[in-house]
Amino acid sequence: MRWMPTEAGPVAVISGALTGGDVRGAWKARWGIGRMSYIVPPGLYAIGEPDHGSPVVVTANYKMSYDLVRRALAARDVWLLVLETYGINVWCAAGKGTFGTGELIRRIETCGLPRVVSHRRLILPIMGAAGVKAIEVKKRSGFEVLFATLRIEDLPACLDNDMQATRGMRELTFTLRERLVLTPIEIIGAMKSLLYAALPLALLAGFSGGSFSLDRLLAVLVLYAISVLCGTVLVPMFLPQLPGRMFAVKGALAGCACSLMCFAALGGPARIGRADLAAMVLVMSAVSAFYAMNFTGSTPFTSPSGVRREMNRSLPVMATAAAAAVVLLVIRIALP
Amino acid sequence: MRGFDYLPGVATLELDREACIGCGICPTVCPHLVLEMQGPKAAVIDRDECMECGACALNCPVKAIRVDAGVGCAGGMLNQWLAGFNIRLRNDGSCC
Repeated sequence: MRWMPTEAGPVAVISGALTGGDVRGAWKARWGIGRMSYIVPPGLYAIGEPDHGSPVVVTANYKMSYDLVRRALAARDVWLLVLETYGINVWCAAGKGTFGTGELIRRIETCGLPRVVSHRRLILPIMGAAGVKAIEVKKRSGFEVLFATLRIEDLPACLDNDMQATRGMRELTFTLRERLVLTPIEIIGAMKSLLYAALPLALLAGFSGGSFSLDRLLAVLVLYAISVLCGTVLVPMFLPQLPGRMFAVKGALAGCACSLMCFAALGGPARIGRADLAAMVLVMSAVSAFYAMNFTGSTPFTSPSGVRREMNRSLPVMATAAAAAVVLLVIRIALP
Repeated sequence: MRGFDYLPGVATLELDREACIGCGICPTVCPHLVLEMQGPKAAVIDRDECMECGACALNCPVKAIRVDAGVGCAGGMLNQWLAGFNIRLRNDGSCC
């Protein structure tokens, strides 16, 4: 680690190049491995050879955020001010208030930023604006806050363009790739329900014709896992194409389609009775709908008012469908 | 957002054009281009695009914007609701 002397003491010089370890770390975080402790120490860092006139870019101390910023700014001379957001990305931390006015002002002071740079301008990501009140930062620290771009990839072009962001740099997108990178963590979170939801259901469904069938139990577990993948992967993938505005509707439709395909794959009406088919369609649609609804938390366009309405309308339907499936399975055991 | 529509008619965003002083900060912080300068004052272009992040209301120097800001996350809301019944699921970091 190289240190650069400044008026406010030595500042760590960091590289803009990501190592194999950084790439592996990001991959692990995407899969939820040690994600909550994937952090870097907050404070001031130097990229390249910045001086008192170099721009100051502000980010969160989630290591993936920090890595993306330093990679984008490689080959430039900039100061990087990392805020303590407890390992949370800029947007979520702004929502929580940790990427916020108070922390920014505190960090400016503790890093001695006014002694390191002679200008009074900070560059923040637009997604941080939900937590940072620019006029208060200006009033209390003297630093002007400039909300630059939404995506870090656009920051270099914005810097070159005299800090003028084009319309495209200020408009959110949610491309297939942007959606897909978010799905692993959804799968990991949802698969835990195999234990507390799918297993009891499979045990119940396993009773057939007065005896217990292991094949039936395993089939239910597999069908449940398929419906989880339907809600956590297929729905995000085909989010713009699936009909319905509510995520739960998109999920239910996808889950229903999946259940009918599974029905056909398992041998159709010759092998599967009507009660089993009905239970399958109900459970798989409800499970897929639930995890599709959960994806609202990963999208950058669902409002809390909308999500509240969606939950109020769809959760009772999902619960009813699941309860009806259980009743069907119980009746099936009671009336062979 | 282009290519995506969420539930219409639910966003709580309100702009008081009388109070607006036309500083121009709200259009620069809105990630969905919901607000735009029209003449000397800001205007709401498409309320249904609003995701209620609250950046505009927080940054408005004269409190001319009102919005019930929050994060539109079903998992978070569900956890909050369960916490009301004293049921706490272990936070394993599957949600931000």
